[in-house]
Amino acid sequence: MANNSDTIIKIEHLSKAFGEKVVLDDINLDIRRGEFITLLGPSGCGKTTLLRMIAGFLQPDSGVILMEGNDISEVPPHRRPLNTVFQRYALFPHLNVYDNIAFGLKLNKVPSAEIESRVRKALKMVSMTDYEDRDVNSLSGGQQQRVAIARAIVNRPKVLLLDEPLAALDLKMRKDMQMELKQMHSELGITFIYVTHDQEEALTLSDTVVVMSDGKIQQIGSPIDIYNEPVNSFVADFIGESNILNGTMVHDREVEFIGHSFECVDEGFGTNIPVDVVVRPEDIYIIANAENAKFTGVVKSCIFKGVHYEMFVETDKGYELIIQDYNAFDVDSTVGMFIKPNDIHVMQKERTCNTFEGKMLADNKVEILGAEFECENCTLNEGENIYATINFDRVELLDNKEDGIVMGEVVFILYKGNHYHLTVLTDDGEKIYVDTNDIWDKGDIVGISIAPSDLHITKRV
Amino acid sequence: MKKFFAQSYLWLLLSLLYAPIIIIGVFSFTEAKVLGNWTGFSTKLYTSLFSGGVSNGLLSAIENTFTIAIIAAAVSTVLGSIAAIGIHNMRGRKRQVITLLNNIPMLNPDIITGISLFLLFVSLGISQGYTTVVLAHIAFCTPYVVLSVMPRLQQMNPNIYEAALDLGATPFQALRKIIIPEIRPGMISGFILAFTLSIDDFAVTIFTKGNEGLETLSTFIYADARKGGLTPELRPLSTIIFVTVLLLLIIINVRARRAARKQGNI
Amino acid sequence: MKVNIFSRRSSWALPYAIFLAIFVALPLLLIVIYAFTNGAGEFSLDNFKKFVIQPEAVNTFIYSIGIALVTTFLCILLGYPAAYILSNKNLNRSQTTVLLFILPMWINILVRTLATVALFDFMHIPLGEGALIFGMVYNFLPFMIYPIYNTLQKMDHSLIEAAEDLGAKPSTVFWKVTVPLSMPGITSGIMMVFMPTISTFAIAELLTMNNIKLFGTTIQENINNGMWNYGAALSLIMLVIIGITSLFSDDDAQSQNEGGII
Repeated sequence: MANNSDTIIKIEHLSKAFGEKVVLDDINLDIRRGEFITLLGPSGCGKTTLLRMIAGFLQPDSGVILMEGNDISEVPPHRRPLNTVFQRYALFPHLNVYDNIAFGLKLNKVPSAEIESRVRKALKMVSMTDYEDRDVNSLSGGQQQRVAIARAIVNRPKVLLLDEPLAALDLKMRKDMQMELKQMHSELGITFIYVTHDQEEALTLSDTVVVMSDGKIQQIGSPIDIYNEPVNSFVADFIGESNILNGTMVHDREVEFIGHSFECVDEGFGTNIPVDVVVRPEDIYIIANAENAKFTGVVKSCIFKGVHYEMFVETDKGYELIIQDYNAFDVDSTVGMFIKPNDIHVMQKERTCNTFEGKMLADNKVEILGAEFECENCTLNEGENIYATINFDRVELLDNKEDGIVMGEVVFILYKGNHYHLTVLTDDGEKIYVDTNDIWDKGDIVGISIAPSDLHITKRV
Repeated sequence: MKKFFAQSYLWLLLSLLYAPIIIIGVFSFTEAKVLGNWTGFSTKLYTSLFSGGVSNGLLSAIENTFTIAIIAAAVSTVLGSIAAIGIHNMRGRKRQVITLLNNIPMLNPDIITGISLFLLFVSLGISQGYTTVVLAHIAFCTPYVVLSVMPRLQQMNPNIYEAALDLGATPFQALRKIIIPEIRPGMISGFILAFTLSIDDFAVTIFTKGNEGLETLSTFIYADARKGGLTPELRPLSTIIFVTVLLLLIIINVRARRAARKQGNI
Repeated sequence: MKVNIFSRRSSWALPYAIFLAIFVALPLLLIVIYAFTNGAGEFSLDNFKKFVIQPEAVNTFIYSIGIALVTTFLCILLGYPAAYILSNKNLNRSQTTVLLFILPMWINILVRTLATVALFDFMHIPLGEGALIFGMVYNFLPFMIYPIYNTLQKMDHSLIEAAEDLGAKPSTVFWKVTVPLSMPGITSGIMMVFMPTISTFAIAELLTMNNIKLFGTTIQENINNGMWNYGAALSLIMLVIIGITSLFSDDDAQSQNEGGII
């Protein structure tokens, strides 16, 4: 994407763990000079850790950070040519606005006349002229954040790091500041590295979005790419609203989902391959006349959302779809729908069943997930290493956590049109994926049980 | 009616509590050798206290008390503040252990602290005197400094230290320009507290002062009282100490209250 | 990865950690070592045997516990009503009165004791056991009032109203609600009075013209006379007694102590 000469920061194989928990797992990233790049992901995905490593507040366990070709992993934060805007402003409470902004310049022994002119310029840039003598504690949240930005940019850093700078502001203020940041970026011409969990903010501001989850980069791309071509169901679900459905790639240019066969534009998956299909809610066309449509359904709810209406429609084959349209359709009315080949986004499935490593304990007894499970018809020798596979829909989740063989926490929920696809993190730190019709909430602690007949054991070499 | 009885009870108790102190205060303004004899108003005891009309022992005891208190309070403040910053950034088991050790001198009876330090100095073969008293005072004062600096650190935005580094300050500059101004009120309260505790101490000093004739005010008073008579000049001195402690405590209180009010406003 | 040790701020506690090890942990360890060794530095239980055999030491020990118990009891008796009145908005609104009760906590115990002796002299009250107990109560009463006042102050007043609402008489409310809820304050008050009472040494001397000896004095005399091992053993016995007392109070006692900076 970027040739080497205009790469300002290059991150190679960066990893970090806090105790047992891996927060960054082999991160590779090129950041171009002058671009506005956003690290986007849910809390705990590692985005802030990555930013703090670039700033020098954290040391990586392995990997390097190159800045203009030089390894800066060992350079202490105060000698890195970059500045940070912190989430909670971090203004120095005992200094006034002027002294806060002048702090870095004074340390660098800049002549006082120059300090004064640069501080004034920075204040003007953040529309805070005439606030020099104010006590920072008397400023509003938005004003404090402006001072924090001025304090960072006055030093003319090569890279500006912004750690969720707008998270503490109210919605209106946030929107205004987004526009100002964008304008500031083009005026200053320096690289912005921005961390946020707000996907809308990321899409609005960035040249490049880096979607992160579980310490890994899921996708890097322009906002349009990320929105239109998510690489997996996590990205599709995290960015905007979408219908994520199980499907089968019948052959090139034909995919089957929600019980119908659709023409699409994707090729090269092979024949009869299980895939995930993503359709954005605004890409499903809905008409009152059901007869000419590709498929039909009944409107279950219809809510006005300001510009468009948002409807839940149950299709003829029992799938629930979310649809956005400028026209409202009556609840309980039958409607027709179709989807353009261009708007169907097909993704490789990351997995089709659960696979765990384990070992035989005795006849029909295996150890997986740190516990003893029973199986049927497995006659491998005791102590032998095995793979155990379980289909998503054969894992049983129990309300009473003591009733299961192992315990787990529901960490991620994906609605797939007619069922939920859950990610459950076991006490052992392994992930087990579950398809279910029952409704669970994120954070629920559940018991996990598997019937002996559903556990398929193969030998592992 | 109920309130009248309640208030009377409080004032009765207070007058009992303060009676001895008031008597000392009142009789510091008369010349009589024996406490309890009123021989007319006079400030002679005060003037003789300050013009050196008393034994050299008392003068050097006063001097020792104040220099020890100043050194111990200053060292405790530096040691305790740096330690508080360290402890604030610790996690888990290490933090528990150091917090527990820090609490021991505050929970231990003075006599145990005194004897344990006495045994330390004799086992290490250190001859006891001024230095050992100072060290002992630092040992029991520092925990109180840590205790008064910690809350300031907890209120501080954890990012401001990083912000200073980010803007080009070395760790030492960040400490001097950012952290110390932030925790300064806690350090001052800690210093005053340490100073008061040091001046007040008797039990630890008596075990660590050695036999070289070093006396502080408390040990001087003790020795004097054991001889039977109380040097009359001790009356104005006690009064002065009482008033000083009173003033220091009022200062700490006003500061604490002002800080609490300021916090309430934000 | 090489990390500069001083750039990690948790290492800043290192000097103090070393200081604590030398001046707090090691000295306490030395008390234990001295207590369990004889003059020649060999392991022995002689010091404890000596304590058990000597009737004088045991008597002083029991007498001291007795004095401490009586003092503590009198402090509760006098201090609880005071703390109750101070914390009750209907009976007292003045913060200054509260401060006046706390202030004596910070005055040199010797000065206060001497003042007490002076008072007794002045009023021609003979020094002796009575003077000792009164002197102790004088000295330690504020340490009882303050923690009880603190707990009563933090107590949720609606609990009392709830009890009244349910038809309890004022005396029932006091005994069944207020007293049980102020137990944490009472226990930490007991700690703060019992502990120094049992460990004082100079006060008893001054208040009784050296006629009555308390356990603290015995320890001090032994240390002064070079009987370090025996003195250490007696100190350890005192520490154990205090340790047992502190088992009765909960964590709350500690937080009360920490809040003791007025």
